Amino acid sequence: MSNSEKTRNPAYTPQDATSARRFPLRELILFGVLLVAVLAVYAIMGAAYSTRMLVEAACYAILALGLTIQWGYAGQFNAGVMGFVALGGFCAMFFSVPVNDAFWGTALPGEFGRVLLYGAAAIVLIVGASKLDRLGVPKPLRTLIAVVLGVVLYLVVISQLREVTDAIESQAGFVGGLGLPPWIGWIVGGALAGGVGYFIGHICLGLRSDYLAIATLGIAEIIKAFLKNSDWLTRGTATVSPLPWPTPGPAELGFTLSRAIYLSFTAVIIAVIFFLLNRAYNAPWGRMIRAIRDNEVSAAAMGKDINKRRLEIFVLGCILMGLGGGILGTFNSLFDPQGYLPLNHTFLVLVMVILGGPGNNLGTIFGAVAVYIIWIMSEPLALFLMQLAVAFGEGAFGWDAPGNMDSRALQARVLVIGLLITMVLRFAPKGLLPEKIKSHN
Amino acid sequence: MNELVFFINNVVISGSVSGSIYAIGAIGVTLIFSIMRFAHFAHADMMTFGAFMVLLLTTLFPAAGASLGVPTAVLMLPLAMLLTAALAVGIDKTFYKPLRAHGVKPIVLVIGSLGVTLILQGLIRLFSGTGGQSLYVDDRKEIFRLALPFEGARAPIVVTEPQIYLFVITIVAVVALHLFLNRSRLGKAMRAMSDNPELAQASGINTNTIVAVTWMIAGALAAIAGTLLSLDVTFKPDLSFFLLLPIFAAAIVGGVGHPYGAIAGGFVVGFAETLAVFNWNVLLRPFRDSLPAWLELPSNLAFVGTEYKIVVPFFILVAILVWRPTGLFKGKVI
Repeated sequence: MSNSEKTRNPAYTPQDATSARRFPLRELILFGVLLVAVLAVYAIMGAAYSTRMLVEAACYAILALGLTIQWGYAGQFNAGVMGFVALGGFCAMFFSVPVNDAFWGTALPGEFGRVLLYGAAAIVLIVGASKLDRLGVPKPLRTLIAVVLGVVLYLVVISQLREVTDAIESQAGFVGGLGLPPWIGWIVGGALAGGVGYFIGHICLGLRSDYLAIATLGIAEIIKAFLKNSDWLTRGTATVSPLPWPTPGPAELGFTLSRAIYLSFTAVIIAVIFFLLNRAYNAPWGRMIRAIRDNEVSAAAMGKDINKRRLEIFVLGCILMGLGGGILGTFNSLFDPQGYLPLNHTFLVLVMVILGGPGNNLGTIFGAVAVYIIWIMSEPLALFLMQLAVAFGEGAFGWDAPGNMDSRALQARVLVIGLLITMVLRFAPKGLLPEKIKSHN
Repeated sequence: MNELVFFINNVVISGSVSGSIYAIGAIGVTLIFSIMRFAHFAHADMMTFGAFMVLLLTTLFPAAGASLGVPTAVLMLPLAMLLTAALAVGIDKTFYKPLRAHGVKPIVLVIGSLGVTLILQGLIRLFSGTGGQSLYVDDRKEIFRLALPFEGARAPIVVTEPQIYLFVITIVAVVALHLFLNRSRLGKAMRAMSDNPELAQASGINTNTIVAVTWMIAGALAAIAGTLLSLDVTFKPDLSFFLLLPIFAAAIVGGVGHPYGAIAGGFVVGFAETLAVFNWNVLLRPFRDSLPAWLELPSNLAFVGTEYKIVVPFFILVAILVWRPTGLFKGKVI
């Protein structure tokens, strides 16, 4: 398997490259079918519901664009989209929720700031200790001093932090927000997600690609655990709502119109991202990224800095996921850390990308909207099928069905997503709208 | 003295329990990694599947164990191992083999295994519901309390029956695996293939057989780990994402492709977890009077709260990837 020709994904071989200037028949048909499906949903479920579905699909499209540049452009697999989405949602909440005077009016912010200062001082001390060998301290002794100092200072700071956060929880409920416009939260959420992505990518991108998947899966669970258990910061399971919208809310304009305005707002953001990504894809930078994906060794031989390019694209994808997560969180108008599930926020996005066409931005947006419609519509369908099966079982065999059939029916959707992933990988590895590979003859 | 007993109960025993489970899981992951060269994400769900098979069989024949004097679940374990091994081979034939035949990159197999994870999860939840269930259907969980023969030791050391089975079965499994890998022809062929697949194939080793045997061993071990975990606590269908990280951390700490390393890695991760959530204030309490007056110890001296337990394997994973990506025992696959 060391032969590079053999290990290459057949999806990217240039033989089946389509010429760039053909009539976009496939795109037209697929988007036509999608339009019919959207209209059908409008006709059946009503305008308010369907517009909500479209806004959520648009938010997922941003997430999918983030994943498609990681997986499609660069061949990096991020198994922790959920974590970055949750970070974006948290920032959207933190920046837009009104200021909590019960917290800011007391001595608690000062206390909290003092602990943060202690933490910073502790980090400076530990970093200083780890550089002691430059002063002539033997290296093993330096490591010992640094580790012991790190453990002791960590325990001191963490116990102080626990005291302060407990005080915040009992006196003020939670920290509250900053009362700023939500879009600031979206941008900061993107930046924060990018920062976490930089940390993970910096560690894992030089190693086997599997390690990145493991590490992202882990960081996603950690971010969720942190947001769920930090009651002083996020109210944990008590959830925060409502989150203010940047556009006029449903109370002023009614559900349909306000959601339509939010949708157009999101559509503009997607259009900007789409335009910029397409420019980047066709730029020398995009060519370099694809060269690294397709043949790492020859790209390295050409003098390309592989790890730096990989890190760039990974961080860029994470930024988009944080941004999309922020927009989604604000739209839901509810911050519930427990609502972030690997199935809804990682694997659904993965299906959107691999079904739509990894590396093809248009295909990714198509995949996002199409899969989201199927996903939303599968819920009543699964319940209906389950009831049918139960009725059949009771009628034909006198089978006494357990009571929690509805929750089991929803679990059946897990199975469907799993089947979709494996089937697409096997039978349509290029997706419905494959990446167009230009040949320069 | 009571503090020491508390330490033994909360760190030594519970650390060895989770360490053994992680170790058995990590052996399977590391074997698959070394033969098939990809991270098998569906492993934790194969564990759940094995435990679910035990649960099914135990519910079907609840009284089978009483005649032999062992819990029915333990009696059903070999059967569940067979079923899980068959499942593992079946999964490979249906999902991974076609992908391998296409010659895709290993990362595509990783995504495929995530798809398999979801399929298994969906199936298990469809049939078992989402709640937790005890594997002790008709038997009683024995709890042994060992009083220490010391002055002032009031609290006993507590070991439960499943934990004893856990230690015994872990030792048996590890010894059996050691004998298989070192003495049998197939085991040697397996190690040859993990060292150099092309050379192994050229010297007449049937790689298809090796792949199938690897899946059977991994599946059987996964069934053991899942069942022992569910015996110790309860059977829950949604454990997998929390098990994956410690198991992969254990495999990478031990050096990927290194079964003995995986055992060591499993115990490293297991003990690190219990040590990190242990409240060290308990051990310092007897020395409280001899401490200087200005040093006031906070009541909670744990490194992380139990709710952040998952941070520990992640921290170990990051540390090992930064300082020694080949693992403690120099794994072959980087």
